[in-house]
Amino acid sequence: MKLSGAQILLECLRQEEVTHIFGYPGGAVLPIYDAIFDCHDIKHILVRHEQGAAHMADGFARSTGKVGVCLATSGPGATNLVTGIATAYMDSIPMVAITGQVRTSAIGKDAFQEADITGITMPITKHNFLVKKVEDLAGVLAEAFYIARSGRPGPVLVDIPLDVSKNQIEFDPASYSKQVIIPSYKPASPSSRIPELQIRKAATLIAEAQRPVLYVGGGAIASGAQEEVTALAERTNILTTTTLLGKGAIDETHSLSMGMLGMHGTAYANHAVNQADLLIAVGARFDDRVTGNVDKFATGAKIIHIDIDPAEIGKVIQPDVPIVGDVKAILAELLKHVAPRPADAWNDTIMEWKRRFPLSYPDDGKLYAEYAIQQIGEMFDHDCIMATDVGQHQMWAAQYFKCRRPRQWVTSGGLGTMGFGLPAAIGAQFGNPDKRVICLSGDGSFQMMTQELMTATVYAQPVVTVIINNKSLGMVRQWQEMFYSERYSQVDLQASPDFVKLCEAYGGVGLRATTPAELRDALVKAKAVTDRPVVIDCVVPTEENVYPMIPSGQTVSEMLVKTDLELVKASVHADGSEWSFSHEEAVLAQYVEVANAVALEATEA
Amino acid sequence: MTNTMSTSIVAQLQQQHTITALVENHAGVLARVAGLFARRGYNIESLAVSVTDKEEISRMTIVVGGDHRVLEQITKQLNKLVEVIKVVDYTETAAVERELALIKVNAEPKDRAEIMQVVEIFRGRIIDMSDKTFIVEVTGSTDKLDKITHLLESYGIRELVRTGIIAMARGAKTASRSGRDGE
Ligand SMILES: Cc1ncc(C[n+]2csc(CCOP(=O)(O)OP(=O)(O)O)c2C)c(N)n1
Repeated sequence: MKLSGAQILLECLRQEEVTHIFGYPGGAVLPIYDAIFDCHDIKHILVRHEQGAAHMADGFARSTGKVGVCLATSGPGATNLVTGIATAYMDSIPMVAITGQVRTSAIGKDAFQEADITGITMPITKHNFLVKKVEDLAGVLAEAFYIARSGRPGPVLVDIPLDVSKNQIEFDPASYSKQVIIPSYKPASPSSRIPELQIRKAATLIAEAQRPVLYVGGGAIASGAQEEVTALAERTNILTTTTLLGKGAIDETHSLSMGMLGMHGTAYANHAVNQADLLIAVGARFDDRVTGNVDKFATGAKIIHIDIDPAEIGKVIQPDVPIVGDVKAILAELLKHVAPRPADAWNDTIMEWKRRFPLSYPDDGKLYAEYAIQQIGEMFDHDCIMATDVGQHQMWAAQYFKCRRPRQWVTSGGLGTMGFGLPAAIGAQFGNPDKRVICLSGDGSFQMMTQELMTATVYAQPVVTVIINNKSLGMVRQWQEMFYSERYSQVDLQASPDFVKLCEAYGGVGLRATTPAELRDALVKAKAVTDRPVVIDCVVPTEENVYPMIPSGQTVSEMLVKTDLELVKASVHADGSEWSFSHEEAVLAQYVEVANAVALEATEA
Repeated sequence: MTNTMSTSIVAQLQQQHTITALVENHAGVLARVAGLFARRGYNIESLAVSVTDKEEISRMTIVVGGDHRVLEQITKQLNKLVEVIKVVDYTETAAVERELALIKVNAEPKDRAEIMQVVEIFRGRIIDMSDKTFIVEVTGSTDKLDKITHLLESYGIRELVRTGIIAMARGAKTASRSGRDGE
């Protein structure tokens, strides 16, 4: 059968079991869109901005575990994908981005809408391809999908010149093979040989540890290792903390879960890591938002580092026992070697920290972001998918939205891309028609991708966006307050559109909440809407800050926490049993009227 | 692995390593490798790229500065590039390292005999001559090339070009058969 490159492309996508393409047409992809015109089994979603397409493919991938696919024309279409591709790259999300390119004979001649997108995306893709002739297309696509999903996943870009998608050749779809062999690319896989010796060493360290902590990252989600992570925690009674991307690798309501660690992690998780004598890092990469000052991070701990990417081992911290491989397969094997360990004094110490330093926010009848997030969880039975934007609201969501399972949490961690939330939520909704999808956004972030509300309306996707409206670029405001002497520079967002009317203008349902009761009401109403997007403008105080906080590049001893009474700087003694509170006048003067009282009470306790 | 104390100590002191990457002979591979070095802040001291006995494979010899950990990261990051087939580190291996230089040096009639002697001692060749200049071709280790360059400087060097180091392990071992990280 004679097929054009464009038809071959769709055949290959079919073979890869692609169900959705998020895309936007243009000159260089006209043959592809002509083929899409006849294609009824793969759904093309017409977005409003190519960045939205990339984030939708990403949200689809994060929430389903499948490869997300986006499509854009050459030049500006392709460059509009860049932020989305970089976002996926930083978080190791499997994605195939397809771009049109000017015809091969025009490449390099500054043709209309020519951009060297393979050159541009080289540092933000796992790999990319420029297809020079139609004969190569099917092979390249097979490689692209294989590279995107295997090993440490990541985005792959395939650039297809106009003539390549137009030209016809004899093509038999049955000849397409998903089993690709690339001699120069041999990633670890679930079936790779298990490094037995390393696993025994790890088991020995676990058996000998007095104060072990399990530190779990996005790699555990990518390899589907939640059962193994939970089993390891339960067998050994080791308390477990996750990174921002590891959320859901263990049920966060589990008694062994300490929630998130790092800059805005829970005080107890950070104290536990800081005082651990063994840190078991699982699919995590010792990011600076986790470690703060690396030289002072978990200094007393031996480190077991399990990761599929050999380059992560030793990149930031030199582990005592490195184990390269698929996290799920490695943990399954490790479980055969570790003996049950009862909860002991170390567990009690951490539980005590948990009791002393709970997450907290004011209980004064006002509407706070933290409350809104808790209510969302409850209203949707902790079963909804939670996509977020970037800023304070994201950190509060990380703290207060308790993930029960993996792939429930969709957030831009590595790149921290404002504007990610709404399109990612829409992508997740396409991938999970039976689940409710919430987008938790900020008044700043929401305005970066608002136009995708239209996409949600057109395709009747009932994504519920809750805008934590603090009338400010809150996270930046917080840093200016704390580290730039309250010199608030360009963070005031007083003038925003009326989000309720805005959503209505896009054909969705707009609601506003200014009190806890109104918020509960709005959520009930939102839940009842199932055929269009909903936006809840959730108006909260401007001056709230995210705590705990370890200021950038610092250590646990600089951690600021909120106690029942006030915000204080809390540290615990190295033996893990005593408490002392201190405060730094410069940063905390406005908060610490009663800090002395707290300190007194604490030392007596 | 053949370890000679002296090579490893020298390498440690100089913090320079010679590595060889066998790569798919595709357009853009050089850009990927060079981009990786630039992006991650690794310093390329020299880089030589050429074909190999297999048409579809190119060989890059890269001299990099940095300590042991930097070298380990470079090796691992290179291996992550899809088109990199294998990376060999010659730091701890007995290897032959060679570089070629072309030096256009002032050659006044009164200096010619002296220059020819210097070239002779370094087993170089004079491959071009004008009434004012010689072009000297010399092959050898980086050190040797540095030395002859230094000696010729007193006559006035008009132009200098060096190929960058290429390296090969001594004995029967080949880059395509020796061990690779992670295999
Ligand atoms: C695309 C992009 N531009 C700028 C930033 C820097 N930045 C990080 S958080 C933030 C403020 C976010 O404000 P908002 O969305 O209102 O959330 P809030 O912090 O108020 O909850 C900014 C500007 C970013 N992360 N992404």
